[in-house]
Amino acid sequence: MKLQALQQSYFNRGRSNSFRNQSPLDSSIDGATTAANKSPASIFWLILHCLCCLISLVLGFRFSRLVFYFLFSTSSINNLYTATTTDIAETLSFTTSINNIRSFSPPVVNTTVASRVVVGRHGIRIRPWPHPDPVEVMKAHKIIEAVQREQRVQYGIKSPKTLIVITPTYVRTFQALHLTGLMHTLMNLPYDVVWIVVEAGGATNETAALLAKSKLEIKHIGFEKKMPIFWEARHKMESQMRLRALRVVREEKLDGIVMFADDSNMHSLELFDEIQNVEWIGAVSVGILAHSSHSDEDPFEVHRSMDEEDEKKSPLPVQGPACNSSDRLVGWHTFNSLIYKGTNANYIGDMAIVLPRKLEWSGFVMNSRLVWKEAEFRPDWIKDLDLVVAGDGDDDIESPLSLVKDSSMVEPLGSCGKKVMLWWLRAEARADSKFPSGWIIDPPLEMTVPAKRTPWGDAPPELPSNTQKVVSSTTQENTEKRATKTRTPKSRRSSRGKRKHESRNTDARVSARNSGERINL
Amino acid sequence: MSDLSKTLILLLLFALLLDLDAFELRKGQKTERISGSAGDVLEDDPVGRLKVFVYELPSKYNKKILQKDPRCLNHMFAAEIYMHRFLLSSPVRTLNPEEADWFYTPVYTTCDLTPNGLPLPFKSPRMMRSAIQLISSNWPYWNRTEGADHFFIVPHDFGACFHYQEEKAIERGILPLLQRATLVQTFGQKNHVCLKEGSITVPPYAPPQKMQSHLIPPSVPRSIFVYFRGLFYDVGNDPEGGYYARGARAAVWENFKDNPLFDISTEHPTTYYEDMQRAVFCLCPLGWAPWSPRLVEAVIFGCIPVIIADDIVLPFADAIPWEDIGVYVDEKDVPNLDTILTSIPTEVILRKQRLLANPSMKQAMLFPHPAQPGDAFHQILNGLARKLPHDKSVYLRKGEKVLNWTAGPLADLKPW
Repeated sequence: MKLQALQQSYFNRGRSNSFRNQSPLDSSIDGATTAANKSPASIFWLILHCLCCLISLVLGFRFSRLVFYFLFSTSSINNLYTATTTDIAETLSFTTSINNIRSFSPPVVNTTVASRVVVGRHGIRIRPWPHPDPVEVMKAHKIIEAVQREQRVQYGIKSPKTLIVITPTYVRTFQALHLTGLMHTLMNLPYDVVWIVVEAGGATNETAALLAKSKLEIKHIGFEKKMPIFWEARHKMESQMRLRALRVVREEKLDGIVMFADDSNMHSLELFDEIQNVEWIGAVSVGILAHSSHSDEDPFEVHRSMDEEDEKKSPLPVQGPACNSSDRLVGWHTFNSLIYKGTNANYIGDMAIVLPRKLEWSGFVMNSRLVWKEAEFRPDWIKDLDLVVAGDGDDDIESPLSLVKDSSMVEPLGSCGKKVMLWWLRAEARADSKFPSGWIIDPPLEMTVPAKRTPWGDAPPELPSNTQKVVSSTTQENTEKRATKTRTPKSRRSSRGKRKHESRNTDARVSARNSGERINL
Repeated sequence: MSDLSKTLILLLLFALLLDLDAFELRKGQKTERISGSAGDVLEDDPVGRLKVFVYELPSKYNKKILQKDPRCLNHMFAAEIYMHRFLLSSPVRTLNPEEADWFYTPVYTTCDLTPNGLPLPFKSPRMMRSAIQLISSNWPYWNRTEGADHFFIVPHDFGACFHYQEEKAIERGILPLLQRATLVQTFGQKNHVCLKEGSITVPPYAPPQKMQSHLIPPSVPRSIFVYFRGLFYDVGNDPEGGYYARGARAAVWENFKDNPLFDISTEHPTTYYEDMQRAVFCLCPLGWAPWSPRLVEAVIFGCIPVIIADDIVLPFADAIPWEDIGVYVDEKDVPNLDTILTSIPTEVILRKQRLLANPSMKQAMLFPHPAQPGDAFHQILNGLARKLPHDKSVYLRKGEKVLNWTAGPLADLKPW
């Protein structure tokens, strides 16, 4: 690095480039004589140099003196004999293929071993196809993986604990979206995971099929009540479902770290590394993404209507532990829901902002031993689970803080809550929206565009009859509502929610046209 | 009796515990002991094994030069200045030259800097000659052995050949007056004129505090496969290519510039040190001279050095087994560098990283201020101690002269 700058500066100081270019030819000659004496050979080379400069001026580009060298190479071999035993190598081309090295070996006078490394111009070796080889790229990635694994073993978490993830869920349109995301996050972890999925409305095959795609250890538990439509009630029921899962942890004496992963939340992988540090009960900061998906309002209007006070009270969308300057827990940040009061969503699918509760369950992690029956496993500032939840889980507890007698013992994680590693989000479709079960379209949809070759021959398209017109108009009416009734008594298919209006109309028209000739596929 | 038996049982338990601890350490160990051809000598303490006498030269040879240009303290040739300071306050220093094993001459030959900060070697032979004339006339110890028990620190590009250009350096050869002395230099290449038998190769100076301040936590995963930042073509001095680095750097660029595994470029990023800590391999190809501070940086940051310089002699070659730590690649094999690196077995790579993680390895490459045990100063002294006791032939008979004081180019004979 610096050496080149070194050389550069030397030459900038006035030692011209010509010095360097002459050197492979000159140095050997000068070696025999001192700098003071000019041998005829050096004068010759000087004249040659001037000649080359003139030629370069005429030609317009730098004229390499190598040409002369090769012209006179046979006669000048003897002139190049030196007192030292270094060889000088010359090359013909140095761009594409392996170069030819012409080496001159003067008779060795001294007994020192000649170095195999020669000073001088060498070819730049380029292999025939200088591009990456995919096999080698794969090998390199395996090496990197091995190195990173070793790093994790040495500098990462020493003895990773099993992760016990508790997720309440129920069958609905967005379940596949949320659950797949969470499933893939958990599948990516380098830790052992026990996933307790509590399903409202009983354990269904649909959810089970979705979960079976992962290779995780899953405990699929049914919760007998159905998920209510109103958000308030839904939050309560979710708490009850989580308590049910904690009961399972208690009964089966699962050992590890319990975390509450709601299926619609988004987790970063760093979160899981961070929660391995928890000793008893810890809290992380949760980013609250409470946004309305309702786009009818003019967004600029909303801004103008917010006055100065509201701006100041505008909440940081984060819930979590609050620390003082010496990194000790002093309080809690909660999401300020007051400014949204009255404009928030009431029921699932309402096009308004969905608000979180004061402190979400997902922001807490705890050691599973806290919920075990035997009191000797847990510190005395933890209440027993059974005492907190009276009865069979009819009451719910707002957050895991109710389990703790002294909430200052909660450990703040993620550099004292400054790092947000998970986000709370509630995006749901309306409760009555329909979707294909298991997201498998079975039986297949009717065709929406007629193919050139139809299996029932090239009958010309019929004009729709009057009765069929009525049918099509009613179907068009129905597209306004989300749910539509079946079109013909024969077909048992029901249209799915949120389909495009255009395709619906063409569908109706085509089905009307072909109703007489349709073959049930 | 019961007390005695109790204590015995306690001792046994204690010993058992220690044993268990040691066993565990061996299983999941992060580092491995380093022992080279001279044995497990990295952690040797030179104090008591040798005595060094420091000549008191007039300040025009050292202090005044440094005062003229304090940049000498930060460039990569600063080892000579720090070694002088270290020896002045080291316990191996003796004020009685009669009992000294080695004699040190503090002359800063690499401190004549251009405005750009690069040392000019043109006055160095005269400076060295003048210093030797001084010590041979004022003290009898030089003439006693003609310098065979003296050592000099010559950290310049080609050591005591005192030239930055290789052909010129070869032509000049080592300064004739230093023929019998021990040279401590950064340059090392086998069968080269400028490396004489018995020299001690040392790493170039790299600022320790600057490197320490850029450390990142070791748990950050290493995701870059091969890393290099520097020139591939020296357009200013070698426009045609093929001369600079004997064409090796240009070959690296031409073969691997589109390879995603190779993070190579000529840019100067501010995160250079951090990036090295995220790389598995760091290329250390030759430039105009075979050595460079890249080797030191690679060792400090735990990146396996890939040494592309034929016949190079690396620092402290007898104390550090460089073949086990770095990867040697011949210049002619550069086009196959990716095949070579990916075909190294994983266990070998992990072992190299363990060796690099050894703190004594990192210490041996540094010149910290103040000196710490196991650092490069101590390795130099260890090297000198390993050469003791001096052979009888070192001491010349009365009147015997070996050195030719008039040898060398005429220009060198002028007084300084």
